[in-house]
Amino acid sequence: MTIEVKQLDRVVIRFAGDSGDGMQLTGDRFTAETASFGNDLSTLPNFPAEIRAPAGTLPGVSSFQLHFADHDILTPGDAPDVLIAMNPAALKANLKDVPRGRTLIIDTADFTARNLKRIGYDENPLETGELEAYHVVPLNLTGMTVESVKEFGLSRKDASRAKNMYALGLVSWLFQRPVESTITFLQTKFASKPDIRDANIAAFRAGYNFGETAEEFSVRYEVKPASMATGTYRNISGNLALAYGLVAGAQRAGLPLVLGAYPITPASDVLHELSKLKRFNVTTIQAEDEIAGVGAALGASFGGALGVTTSSGPGISLKSETIGLGVMLELPLVVCDIQRAGPSTGMPTKTEQADLLQVMFGRNGEAPLPVLAAQSPADCFAIAIEAARIAVTYRTPVIVLSDGYLANGSEPWQIPVIEDLPTIDPNFTVEPNATDDKGAPKYLPYLRDPETLARAWAIPGAAGLDHRIGGLEKEDKTGNISYDPANHDLMIRTRQAKVDAVARSIPPLEVDDPDGTAKVLVLGWGSTYGPIGAGVRRVRKVGGKVAQAHLRHLNPFPSNLGDVLKSYDKVLVPEMNLGQLAMLLRSKYLVDVVSYAQVRGMPLGAAELAEVIGNLVEETAGIDDDARQLGSAAAALAHGEALADQNGHLNTEGAR
Amino acid sequence: MSTVELGMPSLPGGLKGVPAATEPQNRKEYVSDQEVRWCPGCGDYAVLAAFQGFLPELGIKRENVAMISGIGCSSRFPYYLSTYGMHSIHGRAPAIATGLAVSRPDLSVWVVTGDGDALSIGGNHLIHTLRRNVNLKILLFNNRIYGLTKGQYSPTSEPGKVTKSTPMGSVDNPFNPVSLALGAEATFVARTVDSDRKHLTSVLRAAAEHRGTSFVEIYQNCPIFNDNAFEAFKDPETRDDAIIPLVHGEPIRFGTDGRLGVVRDGFASLAVREVADLPGGEADLVVHDAHTEDPAYAFALSRLTDGGVLHRAPIGVFRSVERPAYDDLVRQQITTAQEAQGTGDLQALVTGSDTWTVD
Repeated sequence: MTIEVKQLDRVVIRFAGDSGDGMQLTGDRFTAETASFGNDLSTLPNFPAEIRAPAGTLPGVSSFQLHFADHDILTPGDAPDVLIAMNPAALKANLKDVPRGRTLIIDTADFTARNLKRIGYDENPLETGELEAYHVVPLNLTGMTVESVKEFGLSRKDASRAKNMYALGLVSWLFQRPVESTITFLQTKFASKPDIRDANIAAFRAGYNFGETAEEFSVRYEVKPASMATGTYRNISGNLALAYGLVAGAQRAGLPLVLGAYPITPASDVLHELSKLKRFNVTTIQAEDEIAGVGAALGASFGGALGVTTSSGPGISLKSETIGLGVMLELPLVVCDIQRAGPSTGMPTKTEQADLLQVMFGRNGEAPLPVLAAQSPADCFAIAIEAARIAVTYRTPVIVLSDGYLANGSEPWQIPVIEDLPTIDPNFTVEPNATDDKGAPKYLPYLRDPETLARAWAIPGAAGLDHRIGGLEKEDKTGNISYDPANHDLMIRTRQAKVDAVARSIPPLEVDDPDGTAKVLVLGWGSTYGPIGAGVRRVRKVGGKVAQAHLRHLNPFPSNLGDVLKSYDKVLVPEMNLGQLAMLLRSKYLVDVVSYAQVRGMPLGAAELAEVIGNLVEETAGIDDDARQLGSAAAALAHGEALADQNGHLNTEGAR
Repeated sequence: MSTVELGMPSLPGGLKGVPAATEPQNRKEYVSDQEVRWCPGCGDYAVLAAFQGFLPELGIKRENVAMISGIGCSSRFPYYLSTYGMHSIHGRAPAIATGLAVSRPDLSVWVVTGDGDALSIGGNHLIHTLRRNVNLKILLFNNRIYGLTKGQYSPTSEPGKVTKSTPMGSVDNPFNPVSLALGAEATFVARTVDSDRKHLTSVLRAAAEHRGTSFVEIYQNCPIFNDNAFEAFKDPETRDDAIIPLVHGEPIRFGTDGRLGVVRDGFASLAVREVADLPGGEADLVVHDAHTEDPAYAFALSRLTDGGVLHRAPIGVFRSVERPAYDDLVRQQITTAQEAQGTGDLQALVTGSDTWTVD
């Protein structure tokens, strides 16, 4: 049989199974294969907070979605073109996201009456016809896996564990992925367990060969490498990029890095990664609690290190008092908030950006500090260096906002040349910086640089510069305790002015407004960058005029932000909260921005944003509600880009 | 999960790695220019004077001393010493000092705290610092009352104590700070009294010389809100019967004319007896061994402290044993990693092993 090869421009694929089925690993491997092939890609892991939720249940379903393309893409995709469902629960939990006509590859092994009943199926959906709108490929993946590894003499339970590798092999064949890296990976990962290693490799190969020999598939697909700027690339997740960025920031400042942290989802991976990097003079302290984590970081900063703490919203709440102390002490401190769905414990593994107001204002007294937000997984690297620059230069705690979507998602990253990164000057004070009444040299710890307003920073061990600092209000320049009313007012205003001064060191906000005639600006921050960009592209494709800008600096804002806002008739601010940036913009600039707020624990969808943006563009142009079509056309375009033909097979036509 | 052998860094002495002073120092050099603002008669004055007098003895550079405190009357201490200092936030000094000590082996780091700061709001940091054995010296000023907030009962106040917040008497059972520290397996635990400068200084010296966390409880009088809480230990009429002196290598004997002593009593406990009533006389007394590895011995000693209003308590070094300090181990791992893998090529790290090139 000749197998036809079809060219696709982009594919969204989702692996779904039980939490114990290894779906995240499968997704990671498929991503690595895809990255090494040279596609542009974006990923969305989605898993329950429970380590092993009861097998076969809906809450226990774990999934990994990957969007890969031959062109520049911005999101993990709204809807899968291919769903690999390893059990009935995975099918049921994910089916609603799969548009009709797309492909379902289903492991039928667990489709027993008992399992089906458990998740509310009275009849077997494979037999009722309810899936007939899809291209269904039912396969006994588990059975075939067990068969393929029987020579290794494993128990059926152990043998069936390799089913994820069988599925990966099959899908790797279907999309012509290079498989060498996965085999090498399995050889290394299971080096100490030869039978498990060999079984996984055998299952992976068997899955690949099944695609080749069985007649289930009449076509294979090819997504050509994307044309990207020249350079060397790797795939990187947000948390790894953040860890590397923190190390780079410390190195460019010539300071040792000290991380104080307490494990919390979804931030723990930053602790794990930094713990491996001791050779870079990185110290990691797994503290007894969140408060001790930030305390140890601040103590290290007092000693002249770059103190860093990493956490998520609940942990940031606990750290607030110490961050306030950092504001008062005016010492460098980098606080990373990998946001998750709140309030309280919320949904630990789900994403959200509802900590903005907490980090802006969640401290007692007037306690301003710079706030930054990464816009994509790879941007976490650059934003960490920027945080180190501001913290060290201005002697202040700096908050870095990431979120679960950026932390676990990944994308190709053009590897930077470390030597080309800017250096950061701690500018330690090593000699007395003033004289007393009698002309004797002395040290004033709160003497400020006139440009940055940063205070002098002498560290223990510097002779003649010993001084005492603390959380009590200080006298200007000397840092001595002061309850003087005028001095307090001066110090409050000076600390605010120092944070405001950071704006002079950051680039103006860039607006993407292709021909300069758009009346609507879409302004976002953080991880909504990808979905907003994808929504904007769709609107432009159907003829809408819209401008886009994205904030990486949230306090202070770029100095041209007010002018940018006032130069558009309407400003749309999509956020995964109830309008927190919108509130800040309204209060600071008196601009009545339009808030688009969705708080579902999931990234915003490109299609929904396309609809909202399209509608606003037409509303701004005075088009009546019932005459509007731009939004629906733009939203439909997402599905118009769909890659399946009428028979449910993937195709490349559609939106081209 | 697996474990590895950490090895024991051989770092004798709490001041190893701290640069020595090039010239002799005097007390005055350690007095800062700030006006001391404790209440008249506060026990803190005596501790401050003793500490300022003791610091020059250490023979280390003044700029390599760092004092970290929390919140409370005692926590104003750093302002009055011309060393590096941080007056931090309530209860958190041990955590902050841990970060400093880990990153700066060339500093002598001291934590100054009180019974409310260390045992109430900061209890968690205290026990974890003690179990880790960070090379810090913790001075806990215990006045058994909240002074700075004007007189509420503290976690060391005796049961039934009538204060502003407990008009019918406090119903809390108090901590015995020494027992608590020993329960956390602290490697150096001592108790002293603010008014006994000689003893206080000797304990401070032993604490400074210990590698790891030194925990020193100082009975400190608050003349405003809890005056005479330790009167039994100060009044010449009563003090001989109140103070159970712990001297390493000596039988534990005290009281007027040495009439009292400490003997083993049942399973893992100790008791005070009239020496005259003992069949073997002094030979039956426990000879104090602060180096006893099992903390149960020192714990039993700590239980000789009165439960309510204090009339009797052991004073001295309860326990002084060797265990690798946390910060030494942390630094050793960095050194080991650098010896094995070099000091780290950041370009190679960020590049990783799975790359592709677009021409």
